[in-house]
Parts: sequence; C-alpha cells; structure tokens
Amino acid sequence: MTGLALLVATLAGVPLGALLGLRRFRGQRAIMLVLYTGMGLPPVVVGLFVYLLLSRSGPMGSLGWLFTPAAMVTAQAIIAFPLVAGLTMSAVAGVDQTVQQQVTALGASRWQCLWTVLREARVGLTAAIVAAFGGIISEVGAVMLVGGNIEGQTRVLTTAIVLYTRQGEFALAMALGVVLIAIAVAANILLLQLQGRLHER
Amino acid sequence: MSAPDAIYRFESVRHGYGTRTVLDIESLDVMRGETLALMGPSGAGKSTLLRLLQFLERPSAGRVVFEGQAVSAEPPLQLKRRITTVFQHPVMLNRSVRDNVAYGLRVRGARRSDVHIDSLLEEVGLASLAEARARTLSGGEVQRVAIARALAFNPDVLLLDEPTANLDPRNVRLVEELIRGRHTQGVTIVLAVHQIFQARRLADRTALLLDGRIVEVGPTHAMLDAPQDPRTRAFLTGDMIY
Repeated sequence: MTGLALLVATLAGVPLGALLGLRRFRGQRAIMLVLYTGMGLPPVVVGLFVYLLLSRSGPMGSLGWLFTPAAMVTAQAIIAFPLVAGLTMSAVAGVDQTVQQQVTALGASRWQCLWTVLREARVGLTAAIVAAFGGIISEVGAVMLVGGNIEGQTRVLTTAIVLYTRQGEFALAMALGVVLIAIAVAANILLLQLQGRLHER
Repeated sequence: MSAPDAIYRFESVRHGYGTRTVLDIESLDVMRGETLALMGPSGAGKSTLLRLLQFLERPSAGRVVFEGQAVSAEPPLQLKRRITTVFQHPVMLNRSVRDNVAYGLRVRGARRSDVHIDSLLEEVGLASLAEARARTLSGGEVQRVAIARALAFNPDVLLLDEPTANLDPRNVRLVEELIRGRHTQGVTIVLAVHQIFQARRLADRTALLLDGRIVEVGPTHAMLDAPQDPRTRAFLTGDMIY
C-alpha cells in the first residue's frame, strides 16, 4: 500500500519537480508555496481533507472509497507528493545550469536533455523518494481517519500499534514497532543500493 | 548574394541581453570547410557568437542563414546535431570518461563502439582513463575529453571556445594536430582564441571582434602581418586599452 502510494507520488511529483527546477514560468512561486506548505502539512489534516472528499456526501463520495485501502493510498500519496516534488525540484535545480547547454550542444533532444539532468540529480532524487517513504510509512493519523482501522482490511502496522497501546498490549505494540522499523530499514537499504548502483554507472 | 560555399551567413545580426547589446554583426560568412579564428579581448562577443552558431540562442535581430536557408526559431534537431561546441569550461557528466565520450553517439541512437571511443581517447592521450569517473579529472584532462567527446559523432561543424586554454605545450600541440586533422577532412571549424600564434597555426581566416563588432576579417597571415584597421594593429601589438 505504501509502495503504491509512493509510486503514484513519484510519477506525479518527479515531473512537476523537474519542471519547477528547470523552467521559469508565471505562477511558479505560488506552486512552490503550495508545495512547501504541503511538505509541512500535518498528515492528519490531509486525512481530514481526503475524508471529506470521499465521504458519502463529498464530491468523490460516489467512488465508495472511504474506509478502504484505496482511501489510504490516496491520503498517503497526497502526503508524499509535495515531498517528492519539492525535493526533486531542489535536486534538479542543483544540477549545474550549464549541463543543459552542454548536452544540447552534444545533440541531445529536449527529452534526452531532461533525462540526463534527472540522471545527474539521481542522488537527490533518491533522497526525495526516501524522505517521502519515511513520511508515509510512519503515518498514523491520516490512514486512521480515512481507513477506519478495520481489522483485516484497513488496519496497518501504525494504526495497529496505536490500538494495542491503548488496550495496554504493550508487548504486541512493541513487536509491531520492531517490524515497522525492520521494513523501513530494509526498504531504505534497497533504495540506497539502487542509488549506489546508479552512482557507479 | 550569398557565396555558394558559405555554410553560415550572418545578416545584420544583433544580439543582446536586456538593453545590453553584446553582438552587432553587419555581415559574416563562414565558408564550408574553413577554419575561422575569432580573436579579440575578453568580452568582445566571441563566446556569444559561438552560441549563435550552435543555435543555442536566437539573435535579437537579423537572421542567420545556414546552407542557404534562414534558420527558424527552433531549428530541427537533425540540423543542430551536425554542429557541436567544445565550451571553454566543458561540463563532464557524472559518469565514466568513456560514457562521456559516447554521449553524443548515444543520443543519436548510434551503435556505440568501444573501439571507436577508445581510439579517440588514445588520440587525446587519455586511453588509460577510460574507466575513470569524469568528474575526478584535472582541468586539462577535462578539456581533452571534451574534444574527444565532440569528435566522436563526426560533426560537420566544430565550434571551439579557447580549446587549449588549460593545456600544457605538449597537449596544445596534440589538440592542434587533432583540429588540423579534422580540417583536412573537410570539417568546418570556428574557434575562439586568445593567442595570435594559435590563429596563425590553425586558421585560414581570422576575424577580430571588438565590443561585439567585427573590426576586420581576412586571411589569417595577411591580416596578422598587415592589419588594415588601426584597432587591429593596436590589438596585435598589445597596445589596445580596454
């Protein structure tokens, strides 16, 4: 679930971040303001927003997504998106301006130029995705709100931990916490290895 | 009318940034297959002229004609790919030297032959660094890799901005031999130079730029031996105050 949300956020966030980092256009500062605000937005507020959006009387209520994994993915993707886009922007903007000119003079098309700049920014891009991953895997409030913490359906590690802690089942909560940490470590090892491999190429 | 063998023709080209005009060229032809040297003090507009020749920028006014055709606002990729520039400060991509040299072939979808790449690296005396990361090279090595990278895809037009500025005498000779070799093969070459002697060694014709204007252009030896314009004379003797 977290993976799917991350994928959605990456597919939307990397192009927007690249656009913001490479081009100058009207309304750019407004978008950046929204992104930066989004990066610091309490996830629970995003949860509330998605809740209202998906609630039966909400604009997207007809989807029937509320209290389903789909709602949780939506909330997570919205939380991750500004992180991916904002950090991609700074990674891409950090690539020397002259790189574009250089690769253009070597015959790169616009898309090839963009691709090359993204490749040059790959370390920063991985960091963006890692940060977004960290942001959503540790998330409780939003997924609890829109998912409902229904056993066997929308109960995830974080919400289960909250539940067990409230019930006084500390050992179980701790165990789940360890599992969560293990998943986070494993995922980050994977990403770092990917980053390392990219770096060598 | 344009001479039949002019590959570039500048017609009343003016170029500037904001209100500042950096280039103002009434007319200039670059002949097919010639080596043309651009001389002049720093800030004279040499690099800007090269950028216009590479179609990286559009002139603010006037037009650039390439092979008899006025160049549009967005020249086709196929046309741009016949031209390449070795910049004064070449940018190395964050990958190996060999991958850097192969970049131009890669973007053209050409099959990359390591033998070809390595023989180019051999030519610039860097065969042993093929696997090295390009960002770890010294200034002089970067410049030579940049030249190999530009030659890899056999451009029709080669633009060089101070190609030997960071090189020791041995490598200056090596690079000059490469440039002369391409000249023999019929490549059109435009190079910005500081050194008068380099213009003499390499260029069929030389143009002197001053404050964005062409003061004088002509066959290199004739012009350097007997400059017609007093400003050219002043520049050549080092008396120019700027």
